[in-house]
Amino acid sequence: MKQAAGRGAPLVPATVLLLVFLFGPILWSIYAAFTNTSLSGAGAAHSQFVGFANFTKAFTSNGFLNSVLLTLFFTLVSAVIGQNALGLSLALWMRRAVAPVRAFGGAVVIGAWVLPEVVAGYLWYAFLAKDGSLNAVLERVGLHPQDWLFSLPILAVSIANIWRGTAFSMLVYTAALSDIPQEIEEAAEVDGATGRQRLFHITLPMIRSSIMTNLMLITLQTLSVFGLIFTMTRGGPGTKSQTLPLYMYEQAFSFGDLGYGTAIAIMLLVVGSVFSLLYLRMLAPETT
Amino acid sequence: MTDLNNRVGATPRQQPEQPVGAGRHTEPDRVRPLEHTPVTKGSTTRVRGRLAGAIVANGGVLLIAAVFIIPLLWVILASFNRTAGLTVSIPDHWTLDNFRAVLNTDTTYRPMANGVILCGGAAALTIACATLAGYALSRFKTKYKRPFLLTILFSTGLPITAIMVPVYGLFVQLNLIDTISGTMLFMAATGLPFAIWLMKNFMDSVPLTLEEAAWTDGASRMQTLWYIILPLMWPGISVVAIFTFVGMWGNFFVPFVLLLSPDQLPASVSIYTFFSQYGEVQFGQLASYSLIYSFPVVALFLFLSRKLGGAFAFGGAVKG
Repeated sequence: MKQAAGRGAPLVPATVLLLVFLFGPILWSIYAAFTNTSLSGAGAAHSQFVGFANFTKAFTSNGFLNSVLLTLFFTLVSAVIGQNALGLSLALWMRRAVAPVRAFGGAVVIGAWVLPEVVAGYLWYAFLAKDGSLNAVLERVGLHPQDWLFSLPILAVSIANIWRGTAFSMLVYTAALSDIPQEIEEAAEVDGATGRQRLFHITLPMIRSSIMTNLMLITLQTLSVFGLIFTMTRGGPGTKSQTLPLYMYEQAFSFGDLGYGTAIAIMLLVVGSVFSLLYLRMLAPETT
Repeated sequence: MTDLNNRVGATPRQQPEQPVGAGRHTEPDRVRPLEHTPVTKGSTTRVRGRLAGAIVANGGVLLIAAVFIIPLLWVILASFNRTAGLTVSIPDHWTLDNFRAVLNTDTTYRPMANGVILCGGAAALTIACATLAGYALSRFKTKYKRPFLLTILFSTGLPITAIMVPVYGLFVQLNLIDTISGTMLFMAATGLPFAIWLMKNFMDSVPLTLEEAAWTDGASRMQTLWYIILPLMWPGISVVAIFTFVGMWGNFFVPFVLLLSPDQLPASVSIYTFFSQYGEVQFGQLASYSLIYSFPVVALFLFLSRKLGGAFAFGGAVKG
């Protein structure tokens, strides 16, 4: 008995921190989402139980549905398509590129990933703004410049997120590709398989589990992007780039409706948990 | 020690001297005796196909790098340009004026110091707790081990952004809002799942024999951890520490929500409040401040990638 207690002791500090600051807020949010807790007014002094009112409000609100659609677009375009495809292509090309090209490409792509997200936001603001570099290039080749952050805000932040996140997918796929025995691909080449055949029938099937893991991880990361969008557009113009985290922030802190903001937090958490559980299922057999 | 370095998250195959796929260019004969057979039509098309593949690969990497580098060029060039605008342009007069303008207590020194205290303290706390927990999870067999590990792995995926509204509510009730210590504790907790996970995997790679010898000599568990494991583990611990710190240093949302007073804000938030408050933004100053703020993480990352033997080895750590 004493032995067992002694063995658990090193886990105590971590467990306490996690319980108080991670699982505590999650449990509290399950309660708060059903109340009218707010920053000021009646709900601030005495919050009341309001049942599912916050959730019905969400599902009947245009602002909420708008941000769900924008979040879907943002996640699909910037993570599932953009980061994933670009990261995989880079990892595949890097294997055949000569050393200087590989070093230069790696440094630039990883550099974009290492920079803090607020800095990345400012860099892309500068690139896409009305007087920015993109318009300067477009004007030089005779195309019509426009204010990208106003005309296509959600696409603008998606592209910025591709820039910022591609390195992660590239690193995951580089590691996965290096685990494929070269003999297998070379045997296929000797047997006359074309590059495309080798890619789709050998390489990609062999890294399938890495592709799934990567998709889960980048989806989870993209669902929580806040600083990048906030520095570039603040969710605007209007609500045209207001993804769920920004909508939640505005409702809870600008409008002071903590209860409603918490209800949105719960929905984000549920979506995140589903992805996290899928991710767990994929890794769990290896976990002892 | 070198062995441990290699094991940090990746296979020893991924050394910089032996980059991924290098074998295919340098020693093709070893595994492909068939190519020595007299020239056939198949082998020439294969060579031609390989050449085309190499052109596409090099061109693709260069093209993406060229597009990716434009925003990076802006921040570097604008920071040395007194009249910097938003377009990438070579400065007419290279100057350090932008750096001089932002290097003062309010803009740079205090936010950077706050960031070091906040993120350094939180990372230290995370590492201390994760080392203890990782040791227990790696060495002891208890019935709680698997559920604990699965919970940890599950928590690494939770979107921290989502819980900031409830955390704010909780902090108001606990009177922790706008305190560096409260924010530090929360950041330490958010860094824990990933740190524990990495730490446990590193500890698994330290052989048990040395500890058994120490136990035989009468050392306690904690003595073994302190005198045997930690000295062997320090490369792994420093990797986890740098990852944790870099993640916290770049985090904007957590301090943005939990800290309110301007003199407590770390660099990640002050860069936003400082440059979005005033109508006329000095873009050159914004660029040079961005460089100053980014410098610690870039430096730590360069240090880390040299240590890991090329940044690519990191991918293995992500795979878990």
